[in-house]
Amino acid sequence: MERNVFSFILKYSYRQQIVLVLLAVVNMPFTMLGYTLVEKIVNEGIQGFRKVPEMVTQADGSTIEKSVKTTIDFPEAVFNIGPEFDQVIFLFVLVGLFLLNILLLQGIKYALNVYRGVTAERMLRRLRYALFQRILRFPKPTFKKTSQGEVISMITGEVEPLGGFVGECFSLPVMQGGIMLMSLGYMLIADWKLALAAVALYPLQFYIIPKLQKRVNLLGKERVKRVRKLSEKIGETVTGIGEIHAHDASNLELATFSERLNGIYYIRLQIYIWKFIIKFVNNFIQQLGPVMFYSIGGYLVIKGELDLGTLFAAISAHKEIGAPWKELLGYYQRQADARIKYEQVVEQFAPAGLFEEERLMSEPESPVRFEGEIKASGVTLTDDQNNSILDSVSFTLGLDKRVALVGGGGSGRDELAEVMARLIDPDRGTVNYGEHLLQGLPEAVTGRRISFVDNAPFIFNLTLGDNLFYGLKHRPLKEATYEGDRKKERDSYVTEAQASGNLDYDLAADWVDYGAAGVEDNVGLRRAGIEALKVVGLDEDVYQFGLRGRIDPEKRSDIAEGVLKVRKALDERLTDPSLAVLIERFDPAAYNSNASLAENLLFGTPVGDTFDLDHLADHPYILEVLEKVGMTDQMVSMGYQAAATMVELFSDLPPDHELFQQFSFVSSDDLPELQGLLAQYTKDQLDGLKPHERAKLMSLPFKLVQARHRLGIIDDAVKMKVLEARKAFAENLPDDLSGSVAFFDPDRYNAAANIQDNILFGKIAYGQAQAQDRVGSLMREVMAELGIIETVSEVGLEFEVGIGGSRLTGAQRQKLALARAVVKRPDVLILTEATASLDTSSQARILDGLLTDFEGRSIIWGVHRPAMAERFDHVLVMKGGRIVESGSFEELSKEGTALSQLIAAEAA
Amino acid sequence: MSLNEEVELLRQIPMFQKVEQSKLKLLAFTSERLTFPAGEMVCEQGEPGDSMYVIVQGDADVIVNLPNGPLTVAQLHKNSFFGEIAILCDIPRTATIKAKTELVTLRITKDLFYRLVSEFPQMTIEIMREIAFRLDRTTQDLQQARNDLNKLQGVD
Repeated sequence: MERNVFSFILKYSYRQQIVLVLLAVVNMPFTMLGYTLVEKIVNEGIQGFRKVPEMVTQADGSTIEKSVKTTIDFPEAVFNIGPEFDQVIFLFVLVGLFLLNILLLQGIKYALNVYRGVTAERMLRRLRYALFQRILRFPKPTFKKTSQGEVISMITGEVEPLGGFVGECFSLPVMQGGIMLMSLGYMLIADWKLALAAVALYPLQFYIIPKLQKRVNLLGKERVKRVRKLSEKIGETVTGIGEIHAHDASNLELATFSERLNGIYYIRLQIYIWKFIIKFVNNFIQQLGPVMFYSIGGYLVIKGELDLGTLFAAISAHKEIGAPWKELLGYYQRQADARIKYEQVVEQFAPAGLFEEERLMSEPESPVRFEGEIKASGVTLTDDQNNSILDSVSFTLGLDKRVALVGGGGSGRDELAEVMARLIDPDRGTVNYGEHLLQGLPEAVTGRRISFVDNAPFIFNLTLGDNLFYGLKHRPLKEATYEGDRKKERDSYVTEAQASGNLDYDLAADWVDYGAAGVEDNVGLRRAGIEALKVVGLDEDVYQFGLRGRIDPEKRSDIAEGVLKVRKALDERLTDPSLAVLIERFDPAAYNSNASLAENLLFGTPVGDTFDLDHLADHPYILEVLEKVGMTDQMVSMGYQAAATMVELFSDLPPDHELFQQFSFVSSDDLPELQGLLAQYTKDQLDGLKPHERAKLMSLPFKLVQARHRLGIIDDAVKMKVLEARKAFAENLPDDLSGSVAFFDPDRYNAAANIQDNILFGKIAYGQAQAQDRVGSLMREVMAELGIIETVSEVGLEFEVGIGGSRLTGAQRQKLALARAVVKRPDVLILTEATASLDTSSQARILDGLLTDFEGRSIIWGVHRPAMAERFDHVLVMKGGRIVESGSFEELSKEGTALSQLIAAEAA
Repeated sequence: MSLNEEVELLRQIPMFQKVEQSKLKLLAFTSERLTFPAGEMVCEQGEPGDSMYVIVQGDADVIVNLPNGPLTVAQLHKNSFFGEIAILCDIPRTATIKAKTELVTLRITKDLFYRLVSEFPQMTIEIMREIAFRLDRTTQDLQQARNDLNKLQGVD
């Protein structure tokens, strides 16, 4: 990257800079014309005279040229061009010209500013892109020294002001300098002595300001560094939040942060002080001008050696030059700032060993496969403190062998695996896959033919499926088609991306390399994905995610139809009385005793917060419905009963008691209030309740689930009323609320509910042993009969895994990473302790699954337990960065070998 | 069945006879009523347990797994309880309980159980009495078994 901000700007935007400078130059004559017009309007247009130079003989006999006011003899032609006008028309023509000039001038300025903005934003985009691309090209060890926080703060915050500077980099000095020079020139022609007097002190400024600025620059550099450290600290806190809480280290962290802020505070303060010192000096020198004019000029006027008008002209000229001069000084400060920022950022993004761009971007001419033998020779690696990690490791193995790498900590086992996956390059030595030298291959080959998984894989904040197929998306393979406006949008996207040197690949295109996964299309891909999940034992979890997933029945009508079939099929199965007790299905004409009163009334799934089941009693429409069916008083009295029971049961339990939280449908905060209510009113005095008290009581029965709470409050009469209310609710639902509830309809898919709820179309009954499990297996049976289990798993692929996969368990993340490595069908699968964190049965299952799946392909597995090596075709034993033993497990498991020692040590 | 009816039912169980009305209600409210169809296993020998059960209705078999197969060692009826050993001693279930008829139970979780026994000494005494009674019976059985064994060996 260009070392200097100016060469960066020139290299990538010289055309735009030329246009900007031209616009600035064009701007100048119109500015000057403006001044001339104003003068002409005042003198000629309004006062009707013009100044004409005339030779005047002075008292001492010498002659000098002086401008003399001469009355104009109207009609006159404007600028001596065209027809002649009398004074009023003359004035209006002049003013008209003035107006035209303003329009032109502002138009140019507008164009200039917009073009500046475009240039600036493109360059900023280019810079950020270039920096991000560099992160991708960092060699892995760099990340040991570079924190996430620093890098983020550099790419986002630090370079931001550079954009603004790019826009004005050349055009501002040209424009303001031009204006200044022209004003100066104007003055020089009018009176060169005064002109010189007006700028007499500028050299002084020219000398002092850079000296002061240098201090500010140094402080600025320091500030940037400290802000980076601050970002680093923030990043670290977010990542290590668990440790901080676990060790009560919040105060330590706060104190550290405060200390860093303190450092920044003082530096910023210093910068302020120096900036204002510069401003002070600047303004002071600027103001010295008038001081000199008033004193020396005044003295000369008194002595009769200077004309008063000339003095005023000089003062106003000085003012006029002052404005662009100020701009120029400001520009000088900004460019100093930009220069430093650029250099500081670029410095950080140029670590040693940066990958070539081709390694990331180039595509092999024909697809490469690894065949034959893996050959490592003399692979040597040292770390950044010059410790030997790998000491001339050499071996040759068939690419059809499944190899166990065995070795303890510090044996170099994991590093060798990383070298084999080309995540780190060795200092010396080579690795060959068949005829291909690993170090010369682009990622288009290594990243497709090799899979690598370690014991802390990263999961992206995407859906589970997108994570699973992450290793199949290398380039857009099938372009998306665009029409009409969308096409225009896309075209302008491409143009803009190219104008900023960005990649213009279309994210909406199909990136999936179906061939790599051995399938034809998306349907096949999903199946292949689920197969890969089976290999690592994640299929059941994904099926569960699918059951809890929601689909859009319009888009996935196939799934919706399948689910409805299962719902129907379940009907038949539920004729069996032993199963019938497990589920109470929704019946539009019956009260569901396993659902809450709120659910029974709504008889649908709330969409959004409008009919949130916990706050149903607050909604005016619900209250209206209750009033309509004459249920309001009944609800209040039911609330009273419920409150009485809750108070009776829970009032002498401590508020944080577990039972409270588990069973009470009244929060412990509300209990005292309810107690008060019960003490104040008897059952028969409910008419006297204040509105908010009524509301409070009324909210209680909504939460009652008859089968669960068994309070005897919901009797048959209540049920009838609720059914009436259910009907009234649906029939009179205003249009603006109709989107807020998805009604239960036996024949329709409910988009607001998840797949499981759509299948069950009811509630799992309370009080039946293992109801949850039995219903689960019943559903699975029926779905298996109808062959839609896989479909549900496919919905599970849509599960959003959260930031860093945080919505998955550690084991699920690990398994997902393994499936991701399997699904792209690499020639070589490299693992380091990739199952170490899993439970023993999962470990066995995955070992089994992977060894079977990779029969005839290559696995290089850095195993965490030496005994696992028994299952592999070949074993490499490492110690101290060297391979000490190589052979089959039978050969190496004899007494006295390093392998048997390692196995014995593990068993001990 | 409503809460109040349930409380009356609990009242008939000796263990709960001396427990206050309101606490009994809390017990009924917070403990789960679980129905097992005939033949269903309530708990299985060797599995960890976190709750005890009181039989509200129906009969259950107590089965112990022996090397030569499962053996039904006792029967439990209405008002008897089981599963207390696993939660008292934190050991796996010592026997399998299987519903003989349709079995309605009250499932009392560990936390609730400890709360009840610490608050109602009377209940603790009832449980102790029952456990002691079972121990006595087991001892008798053991004595009997020993005698039988001696006789068998004497014959040989």
